[in-house]
Amino acid sequence: MTSTENKYILLKGNEAIAMAAIRIGCDGYFGYPITPQSEVLETLCNEKPWETTGMVVLQAESELASINMVYAGGATGKRVMTSSSSPGVALMQEGITYMAGAEIPGVIVNVQRGGPGLGTIQPSQADYNQSTRGGGNGDYEVIVLAPASVQEMADFVETAFDLAFKYRTPVIILSDGIIGQMMEKVMLPPFKARKTAEEIATLYPWAATGRDMKRKNNIFTSLDLDQERHERHNIHLQQKYATIKEEEVRYEEIMTEDAEYLVVAFGSAARIAQKAIEDCRSEGIKVGLLRPITLWPFPTKRVAELAGQVKGILCAEINAGQMVQDIRLAVEGKTPVSHYGRMGGMVPTPEEIAEVIRKQLVQE
Amino acid sequence: MKKEFIIAGFGGQGVLSMGKIFACSALMEGHEVTWFPAYGPEQRGGTANVTVIVSDERISSPIISQFDVAIILNQPSLERFEETIKPGGILIYDGYGICTPPKRKDISVYRIDAMDMAATMNNVKSFNMIVLGGLLKVVPIVNTENILQALRDTLPTRHHHLIPMNEEALRKGMEIVTPLHTL
Repeated sequence: MTSTENKYILLKGNEAIAMAAIRIGCDGYFGYPITPQSEVLETLCNEKPWETTGMVVLQAESELASINMVYAGGATGKRVMTSSSSPGVALMQEGITYMAGAEIPGVIVNVQRGGPGLGTIQPSQADYNQSTRGGGNGDYEVIVLAPASVQEMADFVETAFDLAFKYRTPVIILSDGIIGQMMEKVMLPPFKARKTAEEIATLYPWAATGRDMKRKNNIFTSLDLDQERHERHNIHLQQKYATIKEEEVRYEEIMTEDAEYLVVAFGSAARIAQKAIEDCRSEGIKVGLLRPITLWPFPTKRVAELAGQVKGILCAEINAGQMVQDIRLAVEGKTPVSHYGRMGGMVPTPEEIAEVIRKQLVQE
Repeated sequence: MKKEFIIAGFGGQGVLSMGKIFACSALMEGHEVTWFPAYGPEQRGGTANVTVIVSDERISSPIISQFDVAIILNQPSLERFEETIKPGGILIYDGYGICTPPKRKDISVYRIDAMDMAATMNNVKSFNMIVLGGLLKVVPIVNTENILQALRDTLPTRHHHLIPMNEEALRKGMEIVTPLHTL
């Protein structure tokens, strides 16, 4: 591993997730293979971190088992994670809402493929709603980070754990088959030791670390048969979500300063849209890109500000139109908002998006 | 500088590995690179392809539909990708199993009989490195020493004794690549 210190190496997005997890002091990974994310588990098994950092890597018997292992590991204050692809993450939704309810930190990586159902194994972004609207029951939110490069796949693992523990919440890294399967240069994060039992006991007094006689039991459950107390718990959760919305919005802007038109895209679609924008700029069309990095919390304020600046907004996604709903909520009718997407594992080309910018966005 | 490559052929020919070694050596020389495979149901005997972009600036889209250079290793790939080469671009193809040769006159066309050479060398697995040698002769974007270093970095140590054979394959590829039509 020493040969990879402080230099750029070539990795797949999935490999970068695994390598970064080992380095940032992740305590455990529980997962079940599914295309297009199987390299996460495969890389972890090749790297054998249980022999070096002591990180546990386990191929669970199912996605349900994986997410419930994350529930249990997170409850003990350990940095644990799972990864899967769309249908596998659909299976995990119950575990995710239980984690949200019981305020258990953990990281879930979704390398999306086409749906609905078992769908296809090719790239897609059709789990935007599943991630940001909660596939599980109840009033809960999940922080959703959308990497657009292999470097961000590596960087967001630690970001996700930091947010998960800061707010005691599950965090989803919403990637897709393009970012998962592609190779790019990446600088891996430096090694950090896993937290010791003493550090966990001090930092996370809420964690189930084994009771001594001085404190009450730390019990994790999302069930409360006292509805008044449970409403107070819900109010507490909502206050927490309000803080996250205020403090954790992340986005990137490219060529928006003088933009007359705006494209909003996340993850791999943002990369494809950027090429389309470069081509349109070379023809004199003043178009910029807003790339939400947190899909929840969504950069609502910034979209609203840009809506006052531009003549039209195009949302480019690899789905039938999901994030476009959040854009419309932010824009509140101030400027026209249109959508372009492909579905079922088909991926738009930069030329397709450029043509929509020329013919649809600019004409409107 | 920005060059966009498609490498396409049968699954099992070493298309993805060849792209990886090429991308890895370009990275060593300080370039930005992306490597994106057509992943999924591709299998031995099916078709496989990989897009490699090498640039001096940050690469936006790893997904592209037009290429500067196409390396084509079977008939189905020739039919699919000949039209996607930019005017003035380069096509390098292996003649083995090609029934309908390329027709474009607005691109440079090179032929490399790598399959035959691999058979002559009595080493079918050297096929992709012969092709890579041909590519480097036509588009000298990275130097051979870095390709060999990339091989050392990407091959498991137990296969390192094969590196001299790969070096020989690269050299053969450089020798046998033949221009059929240049602009």
